[in-house]
Amino acid sequence: MTMNGQLRWRKLVSNFMLTMTGVCALVSVSVLFFILGYLVYNGGASINWNFFTKLPAPVGETGGGMANAIVGSAKLLLLATLVGVPNGFFGAIYLAEFSGSKIAFVVRYAADLLNGTPSIIIGIFAYAILVHPFNHFSTYAGGFALGVMMIPITLRSTEEFLLGVPRALREGAMALGASKWKTIATVIVPAAYRGILTAILLAFARVAGETAPLLFTALGNRYWSHGFNEPTASLPVMIYTYAISAYDDWHRQAWAAGLVLLALVLIINIIARSILARGISVPRS
Amino acid sequence: MAAPSTTVPSAGPVAGSRSFFSRLRDGDEIARLVTFLFAAWVVFLTLVIVFELWQSSVLPRHKFGFAFLRTSVWDPVFDQFGALPFIYGTLVTSAVALVIAVPFGIGAAIFLAELAPARVSDTLEFFIDLLAAVPSVIYGVLGIFIIVPAMRDFIEPWLKETLGFLPLFKGPAYGIGFLTAGMVLAIMVVPYIISVSREVLLSVPRDQREAALALGSTRWESTWKVVVPFARTGIMGSIFLALARALGETMAVTMVIGNTPLISASLFSPGDSIASVVASQFKEATGDLYTQSLVELGLVLFLLTFVLNGLARLLILLTSRRGAGTAHA
Repeated sequence: MTMNGQLRWRKLVSNFMLTMTGVCALVSVSVLFFILGYLVYNGGASINWNFFTKLPAPVGETGGGMANAIVGSAKLLLLATLVGVPNGFFGAIYLAEFSGSKIAFVVRYAADLLNGTPSIIIGIFAYAILVHPFNHFSTYAGGFALGVMMIPITLRSTEEFLLGVPRALREGAMALGASKWKTIATVIVPAAYRGILTAILLAFARVAGETAPLLFTALGNRYWSHGFNEPTASLPVMIYTYAISAYDDWHRQAWAAGLVLLALVLIINIIARSILARGISVPRS
Repeated sequence: MAAPSTTVPSAGPVAGSRSFFSRLRDGDEIARLVTFLFAAWVVFLTLVIVFELWQSSVLPRHKFGFAFLRTSVWDPVFDQFGALPFIYGTLVTSAVALVIAVPFGIGAAIFLAELAPARVSDTLEFFIDLLAAVPSVIYGVLGIFIIVPAMRDFIEPWLKETLGFLPLFKGPAYGIGFLTAGMVLAIMVVPYIISVSREVLLSVPRDQREAALALGSTRWESTWKVVVPFARTGIMGSIFLALARALGETMAVTMVIGNTPLISASLFSPGDSIASVVASQFKEATGDLYTQSLVELGLVLFLLTFVLNGLARLLILLTSRRGAGTAHA
């Protein structure tokens, strides 16, 4: 009888705890839908044509938009891609195809360290080398900071996809007399291109929402920023400034900007993951 | 996992038999050199970051020495800078975040790895990955407009009523402060804990589970007493990773912590963290000592996350090796 009772108790505990784990998983996932729903509800109501086409209204006036911040973000991300992607890509080729194990260890270690560095510290770094010496905030500095953040993400995942290319492909190309770099350029990289594209897109999405490194590099700007040498507005910084302000109209615009930013980041993420899922071009060996 | 790559076998006999000049003509040596420069640049960049942080914090290091870490006066007007309130705020908010996020994250990871069918698990994992991609400034916006009012009006008064005898839950409920910042951080780091712990749990060999079940344990007992202990170093790794994220998280914390350099036993009190003080004061900082003190705070934060990330990676590596080892045995 007691055995039976004990067993029943154990089964009860088992079922209860397993149900709880399910609840944990459900709640965690529903946070995503809550965030989405909240931003669509609040941001959707305040998003309009002006948001995309007008400059911010003077302080205290309602209306206006964030056209300059959208363009600013695009410019920053362009610079970031130029800084981060080639470096990550070619670095990964060195790691996967050329390097010995000691150098590879050091480079990987440095990349992981860089990846784990809080973004605000990258901001201090960009300030120290690109803002302080020139005495003015600039798009260059902001783009550089974001680019530095892209390097380790691109590098590590590109490397992994290059390593996934089956050895037989390499050997085939070399048996046909191709030189090593030709093998890399015409066989290995094309074989891994889906993975590499995913890596780049994910890195891009990651830095698209970064705010901290921009606070004292690209700073912000309530007007158009000309060229790359002036401070520029960007969506994440605008969201921050508007959200902590005291004006209701600015809060509404912060929600709208948040919705635009979140949509951008999530869409890039989904595209990146579907590229990879649609057919892993590289069979995992 | 790097081992097979580092000596690409096909390169051996072919490339080795050719002279340096023939490889140069083929472009191999050039390609090697160019890609090497890019790889070396990553190492260089990392070193320069450390160097710049060190170099740009000379003044406060000379003026205050180690007292910088021990004193709690932060007064730009009188050039007195002590880091203690910020270190305290960083540690307290991260601790609160872990207390909330760890049981939650591990619970969800257990569900995804042990219970859910592969398809459900993968779908949920996809959403978890998306959640991890949400920019921190968005969490900050939600923090300001949802979590702060909810904490002020409901959760903090309730905690005060039920657990008010503890010093942790005393004082007026402002909504902003350590507890709220920790709460937002918890929401942000849960996806990391889930993703990594799930991977680690999935790498536990199947026979471990089957053996426990065959011995008559319930499903939960086999999970909790066999699978989880087997994976515990990896789970610890995921927690350290989450901790490193929480320590360095800037925007969301800055927006809800209250930006006041206070050390208070009460979690309801407004405070400040290392990352948030740098974010909120760096731009306006006047005078070299002020700016450099903020940079030194950055250096402290860098060292903290450096150590934690290293530990996390080591633990995850240890577990996956162990899992792989026994699976083959």
